[in-house]
Amino acid sequence: MNAAQFWQAVSKATLFIESADAMERLGACLAPGARAASSIWLQGDLGAGKTTLCRGFIRALGYRGRVKSPSYTLLESYSTARFPVHHFDFYRIADSGEVEWIGIRDYFDDEAVCLVEWPERAGRRLPPPALRVTLAHAGDGRRASLHSEDGHALTAALQAFRRG
Amino acid sequence: MRVLGIETSCDETGIGLVDSSAGVVAEALFSQVGIHRPHGGVVPELAARDHVRKLLPLLRETLGAREMDEVDAVAYTAGPGLIGALLTGAVFGHSLAWALGKPAIGVHHLEAHLLAVMLQGAPPPPYLALLVSGGHTQLVAAHDIGHYELLGDTLDDAVGEAFDKVARMLGLGYPGGPEIQRLARRGRARRFEFPQPMARRPGLDFSFSGLKTRALQTLRHCGDDDDRCHADIALAFEMAAVGSLTERCRRALGQSGCKRLVAAGGVAANARLRRELAKLGGDGVEVIYPEMKLCADNGVMIANAGLLRLQAGQTPDPLPQVRARWPLTELQPPRAA
Repeated sequence: MNAAQFWQAVSKATLFIESADAMERLGACLAPGARAASSIWLQGDLGAGKTTLCRGFIRALGYRGRVKSPSYTLLESYSTARFPVHHFDFYRIADSGEVEWIGIRDYFDDEAVCLVEWPERAGRRLPPPALRVTLAHAGDGRRASLHSEDGHALTAALQAFRRG
Repeated sequence: MRVLGIETSCDETGIGLVDSSAGVVAEALFSQVGIHRPHGGVVPELAARDHVRKLLPLLRETLGAREMDEVDAVAYTAGPGLIGALLTGAVFGHSLAWALGKPAIGVHHLEAHLLAVMLQGAPPPPYLALLVSGGHTQLVAAHDIGHYELLGDTLDDAVGEAFDKVARMLGLGYPGGPEIQRLARRGRARRFEFPQPMARRPGLDFSFSGLKTRALQTLRHCGDDDDRCHADIALAFEMAAVGSLTERCRRALGQSGCKRLVAAGGVAANARLRRELAKLGGDGVEVIYPEMKLCADNGVMIANAGLLRLQAGQTPDPLPQVRARWPLTELQPPRAA
């Protein structure tokens, strides 16, 4: 793919998410288009719904256990039929150098999908994401802005989400 | 028998020395909380999880004038936790044991929390345990050492994490538990009432993510520096969180018929929680808390758990092995290989 094709494929969308259930459903709709060896960044303030979206994503891959917040543990890993999912939360990272102590290089490999909350705390130590999701409070709901490098996958996800 | 315990599973680096008859002999802890270097700066979190650099100074501090050969065995946290952090403690523990010609044993971090009250003379399981910290919120039926049944768990955030995040929203410091507790004392009851999470749901699971969001939404209606409002939110949050924990414990005591409840983990240091859980006592039910310094992660509880297992005849571990994920329910009773 040359640079021009790459930029054509990039696509953006903004959605209003009215509830936690809808946020989980958005996560679930993003799962089919995810590919191994890629990452998704989730940005937004405390309580914006990042972990809720991740829960929907991981459950949609068939994982039946609990999907808990990795804020304290920094990382929770899940094995699914399609690929391993590593769910990071860098909220408690004060210095970007610290992500090296977690050994992140071992997790961003050829097989896994990495979901990263608070990626900005890791500075420039992360590979660029396939999808960036930015969540913001909007009244009692949330506004989700999605920016994908795979326009087809994002379009399919949005269609699935709108179908309900 | 004297066992040296090493804790490196997450933020804290801890070393403790426990004797089978004298109890806690010595301990040293390097916490990321409120540590100041000689030059006055706060140690960044980067250094806080740099366990490698802290283990030897902490070992020296723990041993003091004692000789290394007073140590009969070395216990270390083998999981769950961050793999790199765990490996640091495991390799350090095994190297030390090998150099001394003594056995080494890997310990489950949560089992160590559950058994910590035995250091203050509490009898061994069976008991119900409420394990509450920044990373965990679990109700466990401890039938015996190594035999645990998970009765309830959080569906989202751990309760300590919710305290930390609400504290951050209110502009308070870290860790959030003590800060919220302090601010809540000035709060006016019933100014805000947050619904107790999961109150209408059966079972023994917890949820704190919705409560965190509720606190945030309420905060948006306060002025930026409205201290009264902040204190009222802190109180409403603390009451709902503690109420949820207490209610689940009451339910678990009723369902199981168990007569002893043990609180463990960092959030077990919360005064309101201790007060409310105490009310579950009486009528033949005993409520037991760890001493304050045993609540948070520490090396002493690791030494204690290792000691209990070795005394029960468990074979030491020949090699350092760690597990990032390790459900408490997968543990086995102590046994010889």
